[in-house]
Amino acid sequence: MKTKRALPFRVELIRQIKRKRTLVALILLIALPLIVVTAAKFGPSSDNNNGGGGFGDGDLDLVGLATSGGWNFALTMMFFASGFLLLILVAMFTGDTVASEASWSTLRYLLIAPVPRRRLLSVKLAVALLLSFISIVVLVGFSYLVGLIAFGSGNLSTPTAGVFSNSEALWRMSIISVYIFITLLFAAGIAFLLSVLTDVPLGAVGGAVVIVIVCNILDAIDALGDLRQWLPTDYGSAWIGALNREIDWTGMSRGVAYSVVSFIVFTTIAYWRFDRKDITS
Amino acid sequence: MVIARRLFAIGSALLLSGLVITPAAQAAGGPESLRISGGPTSALDQSPVELDADLYLPEKIPAPAVVLAHGFGGDKSGSAAQAVKLAQAGFVVLSYSARGFGESTGLISMNSPDFEVADASRLIDFLAQRSEVTQDGANDPRVGFAGGSYGGALALLVAGYDKRVDALASDITWNDLESSLFGQSIQGSTQLGVYKNLWTGFFFSVGLRNTDGKVTRCGRFSPQWCNAYTQSATTAQITEGNRALMRESSPISITDKITAPSLISGGQADSLFPLAQTNANAEQIMAASPQTPVSVLWHGMGHDGGTNERDRLETSIINWFKKYLQEDPESPAVTEPFEVTLTSGEISVQNNQPKPTVIAGANYPGIFGSEQQSVPVLGPPQQILSPAGASPAAISSIPGFGGSLAGNLGSFLSNSFPGQSAFFQSQPLDAATEIIGSSQVEIAFASDGAVNDAVFFLSLQVVGANGRASLPQGLVAPVRFDALGPTPQVVTVDLPAIALTANAGDSLRLVVSTTDLAYRMPLDERLYTVAMTQNAIIVPLVTGLTPVGGEDATFAWLLIIIPVLVIAGVILFVLRPREPKPLHENAYADSMSDPPVVIEDLYKTYKGGYQAVKGVSFEVPRGVVLGLLGPNGAGKTTTMRMMMGLIAPTQGEITLFGHPVFFGSPVLSRVGALVEGAGFLPHLSGRENLEIYWKASGRVGEPYFEEVLEIADLGTAIDRKVKAYSQGMRQRLGIAQAMLGKPDLLVLDEPTNGLDPPQIKSMREVMKSYAETGRTVIVSSHMLSEVEQTCSHVVVMHRGQLIATGKVADLLAGRSGGRLEDVFLDMIGEDLTVGQS
Repeated sequence: MKTKRALPFRVELIRQIKRKRTLVALILLIALPLIVVTAAKFGPSSDNNNGGGGFGDGDLDLVGLATSGGWNFALTMMFFASGFLLLILVAMFTGDTVASEASWSTLRYLLIAPVPRRRLLSVKLAVALLLSFISIVVLVGFSYLVGLIAFGSGNLSTPTAGVFSNSEALWRMSIISVYIFITLLFAAGIAFLLSVLTDVPLGAVGGAVVIVIVCNILDAIDALGDLRQWLPTDYGSAWIGALNREIDWTGMSRGVAYSVVSFIVFTTIAYWRFDRKDITS
Repeated sequence: MVIARRLFAIGSALLLSGLVITPAAQAAGGPESLRISGGPTSALDQSPVELDADLYLPEKIPAPAVVLAHGFGGDKSGSAAQAVKLAQAGFVVLSYSARGFGESTGLISMNSPDFEVADASRLIDFLAQRSEVTQDGANDPRVGFAGGSYGGALALLVAGYDKRVDALASDITWNDLESSLFGQSIQGSTQLGVYKNLWTGFFFSVGLRNTDGKVTRCGRFSPQWCNAYTQSATTAQITEGNRALMRESSPISITDKITAPSLISGGQADSLFPLAQTNANAEQIMAASPQTPVSVLWHGMGHDGGTNERDRLETSIINWFKKYLQEDPESPAVTEPFEVTLTSGEISVQNNQPKPTVIAGANYPGIFGSEQQSVPVLGPPQQILSPAGASPAAISSIPGFGGSLAGNLGSFLSNSFPGQSAFFQSQPLDAATEIIGSSQVEIAFASDGAVNDAVFFLSLQVVGANGRASLPQGLVAPVRFDALGPTPQVVTVDLPAIALTANAGDSLRLVVSTTDLAYRMPLDERLYTVAMTQNAIIVPLVTGLTPVGGEDATFAWLLIIIPVLVIAGVILFVLRPREPKPLHENAYADSMSDPPVVIEDLYKTYKGGYQAVKGVSFEVPRGVVLGLLGPNGAGKTTTMRMMMGLIAPTQGEITLFGHPVFFGSPVLSRVGALVEGAGFLPHLSGRENLEIYWKASGRVGEPYFEEVLEIADLGTAIDRKVKAYSQGMRQRLGIAQAMLGKPDLLVLDEPTNGLDPPQIKSMREVMKSYAETGRTVIVSSHMLSEVEQTCSHVVVMHRGQLIATGKVADLLAGRSGGRLEDVFLDMIGEDLTVGQS
């Protein structure tokens, strides 16, 4: 009997997209900018023109610039979402993908089909990463539209580098989006590994989120000093370098190296393990 | 973060003024504590003061010496950390407490040539007698002087008065005490400036601290200086005597005599000794002695706090002395003739704070830049009020707190108070502009009525495209007229020297205010008129500056990826489990000669050590329904899992249609299976599940959807979501899924679980007719009667071992009862209850 390639990418995409959690993720991504825009428009007003400068208290004041147009609103949404919402979504897409098949007992039928094991992991990982990236694009795109309607088509204002034109803003936002996606690869790698190791989807997703949050907490402890550069979260905000006049790549290149390396390590272990794993669930 | 910054501002301000007592850092062996005789105690008492000093020795002696002078209010212990660093860099370091401070005796004379400078010369005498110090000649040690603020002025003064000084590093200090404490920003003016109330009072109070804790009128100040302060603070005026006194203690009186290589640094965050003072020191030395090496460093610190660049400055100082004191063959890179920090041009990717970037040039441009740009500003003549009581007053900087505090008082700052400020603003800038130095404006001041002592405070704000204004470093330029009337006085004002990048789209705004809390102001109410006469701000630009240092770890980090990729590649592709490769594309085509299943000497031991299958061998012929029989725990399911490539045998081999089975073995595409219950995507309907499973399987050919759906017999439920199914429905759908595409081998594990008797009966018929087409069916069960009715062949297992195999008819042959159950019980003996569920 002749065979085609088992588990085509498109089929796995459909299998995942039809799940309710995908819809919930989309709703969350669309709700966040709507909630924030409502708060900004109708909440207690903050006087932005009382002086003191863009960072009068020494802090980077991205949030204060949120209402200066679509670009800034989208940027602020990324700032809000990258630490937690996107983390959870990425952990969900990558962490639950194999473990949920195991919990539904569908994993063994895919393997009997037979879907070669590496093929199964690769397709599932690719779909999970695609959905993660789409989440970022949806968040940025929808936030931009919401910001555009609510605050107009202002240029991208930055705390120290003045304003960027629309084309420059598009370029900078693309860099930031891709970079945030890459930093999330750390969480994706852990979640995917856990997904292969366990049959409990919640364990894989939750485990990855907990690990990243613990790293976040450690990163906030100044006493750890330089040790913190070994934490993935130390690079989570390096995209700020894309808001300088000349893009500062030092932090981002470290972040990319760290995330890619950790992602390769985790997924290699996942493949290595799945290659040899007895599927008894 | 705000708090941390503020603490830092306080800390650094205190440190700079020397108030913080740090425990003396111990070098190897620790410093030698000394009492050195200084200059005369006073004009009347020629007995020398006793100076408390520490001598730090380097590893290698003799070595050049560096004398460290501390800031006002501090003592030698404040220099300990820097002293250790210098000693490690190979210098003999003498750190001492100035007279009137710490353990040293004597009274403060504010770096008077007769006293503090004389003390410094005695220290050089002392170093001339030490064998540890390199000597240039008789009574001429190789020595450099370094200090900040009070100590910085001393370094300049002693270098002017004592030719034996070979190099100096002077930080954040004054050129002229009068113009420092009485701020006057009118170019070329001889009128006294505005008295810096807060700063001067703050400094005087520091010197009032008596060693015995007693409160006295003058503290540790000499009577002369105590009286000078009292007079100034009371009247905000200067007598001729005091003017001469202050000038004597000012480097301006002696800079033309300085020929020692000079590292002159100043802070941008300094409202006490602003960059104009630093600039004056440097320019005076350069003008008098053009061949003297002078480097000017505008860092981001200062008496107001600012950006911490302590380490960079100390490194610059060490390198300066290495170059000019040590005969260092590998001459270290010293500070370029001009080095300036842009304190907040970029955002740091480390901590999201504005990040200082350092740029440098081969020429010192002076405070008005190497060229100027005229930025047009708009604004009509405006009337402003100087309120009665001089209150409320704007706050720009506060001693020890500086701009960081003022930044939090935004509303006090940029808009000031109603009617107190005039504004003149430019159009948004076309391009990013680096403003480095002092901007200049020409302004006409007038007063409605004739008044004496008119004061103004000018500031240059940067207004972002979003309308937010920031006041760089919280600096204002004070302006004072002895007298002002209705006739406008047109003057050129130097705005505070700054170093920053205004972005394209930012506007510059000149603000002229009547109040500032840090200064002495008239208390009666006045109404002034201010107008710009040129309608332009002359902005200083510096060409030829290039970035200094800056890390470039980009490639180093990216390089890490490569070895990791290699290791990952080895793990994945070299250490991958061995899988026989298919011989050619049609290797799995139907080969009629090979039996569907051959199992040879199969063992499986699970991780915990449980042996589920122990040496099983059997063969399944084509076109039969074979029953795999055995009680629970017999190893049936484990055997089936191994047949399906779900788990790996510990030993032995399975071949299907002549092809070995391994994980994902392509021959599995000829097998349909239901193992340990059905599994479906709960969010899809039964039909969708079958369709998507077929697509996912990668199998080609006719799936026979309608036929298998008929077997499943789910009726309309087939279009309901699977999560709503009963166990029987799932089981039937699972059998249907296994039969999709009519595979050559059908493996069903306990297929009748959850089915009712009529369904069981029809399932029997399905299996029999399936086998009649030449395909093979394997059914596992622990129900003996079930197997008996369905199967033509049987394999009996018990406790992981094969007990019997063959045709059902053969097994029953010669049995009186003719029941499989009896046969089975005979085989396994007494230790089993058959038929349990």
